Amino acid sequence: MTVLLETRGLSKNFGGLKAVSDVNFRIERGEVRAVIGPNGAGKTTFVSLISGRIAPSAGTILFEGADVTALPAFRRVQRGIAYTFQITSIYANLSVAENVALAAHQPGGKASLYPLERVGLADRASQIAGTLAYGHQRLLEVAMGLALKPKLLILDEPTQGLSDAEIDNFITLVREVAKNATVLLIEHNMPLVMELAHRITVLDRGMILADGTPEDIRANAAVQAAYLGTG
Amino acid sequence: MTARIVMLHGAVILALFLLQFVASDYAVLTITRIMVLAIYALGYNILFGYAGLLSLGHAMFFATGLYAAALGVTRLGLAVPEAFVFALVCGIIVSVVIGLVALRATGVAFMIVTLMFSQAAFLAVLYFGDITRGDEGIVIKDDQRNFSLFGDAVNLADPVLRYNIALAFLALAIVLCLVVVRSKIGHVLVAIRENENRTAMLGYDVKRYKLIAFVLSGSFAAFSGAAYALLFAYAGSTLASIQYSINPLLWTLLGGAATVLGPVLGTALMFLLVDFASGFTSASLLFVGVVLILLVLFFPKGILGTIRQRWLRWLP
Repeated sequence: MTVLLETRGLSKNFGGLKAVSDVNFRIERGEVRAVIGPNGAGKTTFVSLISGRIAPSAGTILFEGADVTALPAFRRVQRGIAYTFQITSIYANLSVAENVALAAHQPGGKASLYPLERVGLADRASQIAGTLAYGHQRLLEVAMGLALKPKLLILDEPTQGLSDAEIDNFITLVREVAKNATVLLIEHNMPLVMELAHRITVLDRGMILADGTPEDIRANAAVQAAYLGTG
Repeated sequence: MTARIVMLHGAVILALFLLQFVASDYAVLTITRIMVLAIYALGYNILFGYAGLLSLGHAMFFATGLYAAALGVTRLGLAVPEAFVFALVCGIIVSVVIGLVALRATGVAFMIVTLMFSQAAFLAVLYFGDITRGDEGIVIKDDQRNFSLFGDAVNLADPVLRYNIALAFLALAIVLCLVVVRSKIGHVLVAIRENENRTAMLGYDVKRYKLIAFVLSGSFAAFSGAAYALLFAYAGSTLASIQYSINPLLWTLLGGAATVLGPVLGTALMFLLVDFASGFTSASLLFVGVVLILLVLFFPKGILGTIRQRWLRWLP
C-alpha cells in the first residue's frame, strides 16, 4: 500500500488556542480511516486544513507525494480531495439532479444519476433539494461527494441526524465506496466507527492521542480515559 | 436549445421589428432608446441576476463606452464601426481591472467598492471637463456619424435606420445572454449565487467565474454606452452619475432578475411608467418609487420571475 495523504507538523492556532497542534498523520490508499475524539478536539479543524478550507499556521500537507499546502481548496478538489460538510451544504433551491450534476462538473447537462442510485435517491432526482427530508439531504451531500469521483473522500459526521435504518444503509455505502476510494471519516457513533474503520486516529486537544486498529483503540487506556469513558 | 425558447425570443425580436411600422415617430425614438438601454440591463442581469453580485457602480462601464465612443469619433477621428470596437475594448479593460479589485470584496463591501469606483469615475468626468465637456456634454456632429459600410453610406441621424441598428444590437445581446446562461458558465454562476462555499468545494474556481461574469456584464454596459453616444449623438456626465448605476438594477428587478427577457421587459415598462406618470405630475419618480415598493412587497421575483415560478418553469 502507498501513502495517499500525509501531514507533517500540521498546526492551526486560533489566537491563543491550539486547535490542531503538530499533527503527523498518514493515510494509505484504499483505507477507511476514522478520526474520533471528544468535542473540541480539533477534528473538523483538522479536516478543514486537509481540504484547504482554512490555511494552517505551520506544517505541510502532502497529497500523492506532492506538497498541496499552498493550494486553494478548489485546486485540491480537482486533485481528488472531496469534502462533505458537517452542516449540510447543498443547493437548496436547485433540483437534486442539478446538485449532483454540479458536483460532476456537468451542470445543466445530462450528468449520470449513478451517485444518486448509490445513496438511494434516484427516484427523487427532479425534486428541489431543499424540500428533501433532513436524512435525505445528508445522503445527497454524500452523493455529491461521490459524483466528484474523489481519491480521498472526507466525511465530516455524515450520520448525524440519520435514523438507525439509514445508518445501516450508510455502512453498506461506505464499504462500497471504499473499494475505489480512500475514506476519511469523522464520526461520533462508536459502533459504526468500530465496524467500518480499518484504522482509527484519536485526537484530543489538537494532538494525536492514539492511532491503531479498532482493537488497539478499544484496549488503549488513555483513549478510554479521554473519550470512551473509564467506567 | 429547445424549440420553444428559440421561438419565444425570436417572437419578441420579430414583434420589436414589426412595431416600427405602426409606432409614431415619438414612439420609434423612445423604443430605440429602450432597446439600447435594455442591452445595459441584460448585461447587468448576468452579474446581478445569475451570479448574485449586486454592483452599485455599473454607470462607470456605461460611461466608459459612452465616452470612448464619443471621444473616439470627435477627437481621435475614428469611424463609427471603429468607435464601437474601441469602446468595447476599453469596456473590457476597465471591467477586468475594476473586477480584479472589487471582487476581492463580497456582500455589502462589494456594493460599496463598486459604488466608490463609479463615483470616482463620475468625478473624473467632471474634473477633466476640458476633454469631456462635463455637464454640458459632447455633442457629436452629424458628419462625424456618417460612415460607409460595405460601400453603402450610413447616416445615423435617420430614425428608422437607427431603430433597426438598435434592434440588431439588442437581438445580438439577447442571443449572447441566452448562450451564456445556458452554458456551463451560466449554471456555475447560479451555483455561486446559491452557495458560494459549496461551489468552491466542488472544485470550481469561483474567483475566475465571478470575474467572467463581471467582465461580460461590464462589456455589455460599455457597448450599450457606445450605442447610446453614437445613435443619439450625445455624451454627458449625467449618464455617468449614480442614477445610471441604479437604473439597470431597477429595470432588472422590475422585469425579473435571472430571466433573460426580464431586463428588457423591465426597461420598457419603467420607461412607459415614467412617461405615463409625467403626463399628470412633475414628481414622476415618486410614482415610480411607489410602484417599486409594491413590486418588492408582492412580486419580489419581478414580473417574469413570478411568471416562471407560477406557470412557465422552462423560461430561461
